[in-house]
Amino acid sequence: MLTILFDGVAYGMLLFVLACGLAVTLGLMNFVNLAHGAFAMAGGYITAVLMNRYGVPFLLTLPLAFIGPALLGLVLERTLYVQLYARSHLDQVLFSIGLVFMAVAAIDYTMGSQQQLIQLPGWLQGRVDVLGVQVGLYRSFIIGVCGVLVIALQLILTRTRFGSRLRAAVDDPRVARGLGINVSAIFATTFAVGSGLAGLGGALGAEILGLDPTFPLKFMIYFLIVVTVGGTTSITGPFLASLLLGIADVAGKYYLPDFGAFIIYTLMIVVLVLRPQGLFAHGR
Amino acid sequence: MQDKPFMSSLTTDEVATSLRRKGRWGLGEVLFWLAAAATLFFLPERHLILNEIAIIGLFAVSLDLILGYAGIVSLGHAAFFGVGAYVAGIFAKEMTGDPLTGLAVAGVAAALLGFATSFLVLRGADLTRLMVTLGVALVAGEIANQASWLTGGADGLQGIMMGPLLGMFEFDIFGTTAYAYSLVVLFVLFVVARRIVHSPFGLSLRSIRDNSLRARAVGIPVNRRLVAIYTISAAYAGIAGGLLAQTTQFVSLDVLAFHRSADVLLVLVIGGVGYLYGGLIGAVIFKVLQDILSSMTPQYWQFWIGLILVVLVLAGRERLTERARFLAGRLFGRSAGAPRTAPAREGRP
Repeated sequence: MLTILFDGVAYGMLLFVLACGLAVTLGLMNFVNLAHGAFAMAGGYITAVLMNRYGVPFLLTLPLAFIGPALLGLVLERTLYVQLYARSHLDQVLFSIGLVFMAVAAIDYTMGSQQQLIQLPGWLQGRVDVLGVQVGLYRSFIIGVCGVLVIALQLILTRTRFGSRLRAAVDDPRVARGLGINVSAIFATTFAVGSGLAGLGGALGAEILGLDPTFPLKFMIYFLIVVTVGGTTSITGPFLASLLLGIADVAGKYYLPDFGAFIIYTLMIVVLVLRPQGLFAHGR
Repeated sequence: MQDKPFMSSLTTDEVATSLRRKGRWGLGEVLFWLAAAATLFFLPERHLILNEIAIIGLFAVSLDLILGYAGIVSLGHAAFFGVGAYVAGIFAKEMTGDPLTGLAVAGVAAALLGFATSFLVLRGADLTRLMVTLGVALVAGEIANQASWLTGGADGLQGIMMGPLLGMFEFDIFGTTAYAYSLVVLFVLFVVARRIVHSPFGLSLRSIRDNSLRARAVGIPVNRRLVAIYTISAAYAGIAGGLLAQTTQFVSLDVLAFHRSADVLLVLVIGGVGYLYGGLIGAVIFKVLQDILSSMTPQYWQFWIGLILVVLVLAGRERLTERARFLAGRLFGRSAGAPRTAPAREGRP
């Protein structure tokens, strides 16, 4: 029971790191980016390739899994995404689906369609017994890393000048621009950081979520659930939503293996119908 | 029409004349359908793929009804397609192999689902709608996957035996009967759809798409209109799915998959959103492209599809559509031609 809760928390934290970039994209620029999972996949593959082909230690690959997708995100944002902010949601959806298709086929072509397995270092394998609860070492590691990231993000958002600018831009881009805040530079930065975090999440999650070319499509719905259920106005909303989703998913798969996915999708629809702004958002 | 009392009779007359003029069949349209009918006789070895084109075309027309005319962006239109396919398949297996009855049942089943879920779609803006439609399709897919005693689960629904069409024409392995059947169904439903969009009802839908607040203000019952068109569109999609199940005599989970919803969006976008021929032209182009691309690079053709989508959007989808519509207007006569006003900018208040 507690083990399931623990696994669920680890899973939820992972989902948050994967999806928080999307929350910013949606909240700040109202851009429906279905291709967010592609950045996560990029991070996962960077780790997998570095470890399996070049023997780089796991921990060393993680910063690279952040930097690679972040740079990719920055370039794509400046060249392609920036042209679509003013377009209709339909255009944005079509564009990002196109990107996902290209990413899936490109990875399939270069890396093959099989699952990528990574060999965790020995000190992260196995489980220990803490107060009678079986605790996976790797999951504790994930909770630790993601917890630090969450706190860091929260501090950046609430305590720094950049954070207050970002919040101002999310609340009202036009007024923020009027006050002399360079909204597009802020957005490029957050897009890059969000893509990087997604990449890091993909690398950390390669062991738990699995990594194959269909990753962006498989987890797209999860990211979107986190963002739409959590709302895009704060960082705590998506965080709580990812924890809920993580725990519900793990528990659902454990207790009701046949209906786990079914329950999650139904709950999502119910939440969205009752609270279109998200579960934790304050009405505006 | 509920809003009649608010208009002067002069405006009513004007609108009626304009609708009637737009509703008239152009020469190009007649030629289009004659050409389609001619393929029945002149391209016998292509009937299997033409059948698929007709089905995808019908599916795209159904999406166009809600996307192009009512402005509802859906990422889960495959839900209705899949439900129609499964219902038609199971009906043929368990009840009777008569195709027309099965098709009607498939359409009604999908319409019921569309009616039930339309109330979910009314809430919220684009993103919520995207998520809800996607969620409905995922739930449907999950149900089909779990209820394997009924649907065959991951193995697919096998052993569908279709009776002869109208008691006379057996389905043959070259797909000639199948194609003729699909084409006739497509034509009949297309005529109905054409009538719908050129009616005052269709006009009110377009006003909701362009500005739903203003539409509400002039007395259009927005929610009821959206429920109606969503239900109709679901029935269309269900019939398209039913056609697929009946003509291929097989249904797999693939009919409910996400890529099917994405594909139909692409079909519609290639052909052009907001005029009915867009779905049909898009279906032809899409299938031909898919054929060429998958023979060049099998299993990686999705890459090129994705590239086409990205380029299409970056190059300005609406501009291209307008061009196509202009050309279509030249070719097909006034009725399919460009509207006098600027086309809708979906998703913006």
